[in-house]
Amino acid sequence: MLMAGVVEMRGVSKRFGTVTALDGLDLTVEQGEVHGFLGPNGAGKSTTLRLLLGLLRADGGSARLLGMDPWRDVAAVHRRLAYVPGDVALWPNLTGGEVIDLLGRLQGGQDPARRARYLALFDLDPTKKARTYSKGNRQKVALVAALATDAELFLLDEPTSGLDPLMEDAFRGCVRELRDQGRTVLLSSHILSEAEALSDRVSIIRAGRVVETGRLEDLRHLTRTSVTADVGTVPTGLDLLPGVHDVVVVNHRVSAQVESSGLAPFMKALTAAGLSSLTSQPPTLEDLFLRHYGAGRPGQERANA
Amino acid sequence: MRETFAGAGTLVRLGLRRERWLLPLWILGFALTTYTTASAGADLYPDTASRVEAANAVNATASLVALFGRIYDPTSLGALSLIKYTAFMAAVLAVLMVFVTVRLTRSEEESGRLELLAGGRLGRQAPLAAALAISFSASVTLGLVTAATLAAGGLPAEGSLAFGLGWAATGMAFSAVAGVAAQLTTSARAAIGMASAVVAVTYALRAVGDLAEPGPSALSWLSPIGWNQQIRAFEGDRWWVLLLPLALCVVLVPAAFLLRAHRDLGAGLRAERPGPAVGALSGVRDLAVRLQDRTLAAWAVAFVIFGVVIGSLASNAAGLLSSANAQDLLRKLGGAQALNDAFLAAEIGIMGVLAAAYGLAAAGHLRSEEASGHTELLLSTATTRTRWGGSHFAAALAGVTVLLLLAGLSIGIGAAATLHDAGQIWRVTLAAVAQAPAAWVVTSLVLAVFGWAPRLASSVWGLLAVFIALGEFGVLWNAPQWLMDLSPFQHSPALPVDAGGVGPLLGLTFVAAVLAAVGFAGWRRRDLAA
Ligand SMILES: Nc1ncnc2c1ncn2[C@@H]1O[C@H](COP(=O)(O)OP(=O)(O)O)[C@@H](O)[C@H]1O
Ligand SMILES: [Mg+2]
Repeated sequence: MLMAGVVEMRGVSKRFGTVTALDGLDLTVEQGEVHGFLGPNGAGKSTTLRLLLGLLRADGGSARLLGMDPWRDVAAVHRRLAYVPGDVALWPNLTGGEVIDLLGRLQGGQDPARRARYLALFDLDPTKKARTYSKGNRQKVALVAALATDAELFLLDEPTSGLDPLMEDAFRGCVRELRDQGRTVLLSSHILSEAEALSDRVSIIRAGRVVETGRLEDLRHLTRTSVTADVGTVPTGLDLLPGVHDVVVVNHRVSAQVESSGLAPFMKALTAAGLSSLTSQPPTLEDLFLRHYGAGRPGQERANA
Repeated sequence: MRETFAGAGTLVRLGLRRERWLLPLWILGFALTTYTTASAGADLYPDTASRVEAANAVNATASLVALFGRIYDPTSLGALSLIKYTAFMAAVLAVLMVFVTVRLTRSEEESGRLELLAGGRLGRQAPLAAALAISFSASVTLGLVTAATLAAGGLPAEGSLAFGLGWAATGMAFSAVAGVAAQLTTSARAAIGMASAVVAVTYALRAVGDLAEPGPSALSWLSPIGWNQQIRAFEGDRWWVLLLPLALCVVLVPAAFLLRAHRDLGAGLRAERPGPAVGALSGVRDLAVRLQDRTLAAWAVAFVIFGVVIGSLASNAAGLLSSANAQDLLRKLGGAQALNDAFLAAEIGIMGVLAAAYGLAAAGHLRSEEASGHTELLLSTATTRTRWGGSHFAAALAGVTVLLLLAGLSIGIGAAATLHDAGQIWRVTLAAVAQAPAAWVVTSLVLAVFGWAPRLASSVWGLLAVFIALGEFGVLWNAPQWLMDLSPFQHSPALPVDAGGVGPLLGLTFVAAVLAAVGFAGWRRRDLAA
């Protein structure tokens, strides 16, 4: 038998009083992949990660992490993983450096060279008291602490939500590096483009249930860029180009939904037609749900109809 | 001008909503105890002769004068009955107002909640104005309610009003002190510490001032708690003294607003200094110690000072009964030694309760660390729940024990010096450490509640208040024995501790262990709760 997934969740459910946070969730993360875990706010991403960390206890279903039970085998599992919470809270009186070293020791040691490298990469001053850090800087502390360990599995809960674009770029470099080293990453996000840029596979969670999972190429229909362009003369046959959908022409303005593979020929055609201005927008998760399911989130069906 | 206070009304409503349990409960507690004391006084001291004798005994006992103050009119029933309330309970009231004021100002700022609100239309001075409005009106309400309950308890109406207004003005003065402290420090903990230190220093100032013969010296007049005593309710009602705390407010409130006007949101007086780039904390146990070492150090200093003072007052205890008859009775009861022991035992009992309060606060880290999200970060490492919980619990237990050991040593050394008897050190220290198991029970209660109902963890403070009230008033209230026995302090052996104390101590330790086991069992199986 082949090695089972690093994360295996089957029919996991979790309720908080009357709120159902997870409703029969299935999730598999394979060894060595970067797995994007996509869903809008409140979909249940953080709850899933907390269950995997043994911080919460599932009401039903089964979950395995690195072949072990996330609730019972806490110490053994945690020695092999690193976690960055969605909302990083630090001790106001400790410096960033003190927190990084404390977390590293509790994790069973971190590599000083890597610690120094990531501090420099994220441009983080470790001598500042945590009280004075911004949200982004608190997140960097948790990121450096996690990245400097020798974990096999990284659970990252919306790790870029407080980072500026430059730091986001640095973070993406780090994730690619982890993948090249054969480590496994589960990366939650509510931004489709982020998952697209990093993930080998994605799972899309909605209202506590994984509704779509697979390689990005296979989910290509989900990742269309919306393009609006002003051209001199509107060329004909745009809607016949491969990967181009929903073409609308108003006077000299063309708008369309284009798959990534269709972008090059589409742009070529627009350039030839005397392109004068261009805006493009990656689809948001909300667009994706609207398009893919033809309806909004549960309870909004009528509003979006 | 109007801009800087915009939104204060909204904040007052928000603050009152947050404090809607704590404040009424405290006011009720103060009213209930003063009523009990006032109505019991007439039975305890039925005629003038008995009052004069008791009042003279108090005034002749340095330890009582230091702790509670003097009685200026020996015939006054009100002054005698309320001897514990003009300084001691006024200090408790002051600390309460410090907590309320800081919770509504620096705590909100530190948590970032104020920043959230500041995005809306909220003037810079609105939070401080709202906090002072709430703590001032709470002080006045508490004062008026107290005046009413004292009068209902049978004391003269005019004196009752003077007493109540004295408390109100004292509460206001220390609210203003806290308002200033909240501008100076970056953390709420430090602001509470700073303002509480002012309470302690002013309390000590008047203790020294009151001890001077023949009456209060200038030192008592330097202290807002001294002012509260110098109103002399029921013994002349000197209304003009009320102007002193009000004048202090007139100085401190504008000062607090001025300090606030000249600093940034979240900042203190001093810019935050950089710290070490590399950490020395090797695990959760180090962290637990680090999170409470400063607080423990402050408590330790207070315990040692308090202890030495009490110990050195030991020889005065025999002066309590000065008439020939009483001295004769004293000899029959076992001599001055027994009386000294009774005095020291009572003080050691107070230290035991205070140590339990420390244990409660220290074990409170279990909940505050979980609620702030720090625990989530730590438990995502190889740290187990038991190890993390155990580190905070053990640190709290150790802190309690160290405090009582220090208290015992300092009382013992003070007593040994005044009584010229080195043997006191050993027996007093033993008696102080014997208070530890009861304090451990209170500490373990926090863990037990934390394990099963984390959001109720701070309700153990209410239990502690009930235990204290049972010890203080249980007999007066005719409380049934089983109810009195619920308080762990009821079972602590008193000085002199002999072999008979071993059983109760083992029993208390066992109860603490069971409570801890129950707490850990719940903590190991529940969800982390924000
Ligand atoms: N401790 C909790 N108590 C009650 N409800 C919760 C708790 N944690 C999460 N929820 C609810 O569960 C749902 C999923 O939340 P979460 O996992 O945080 O979503 P996401 O991380 O995808 O934004 C939400 O409806 C949220 O309100
Ligand atoms: Mg989340």
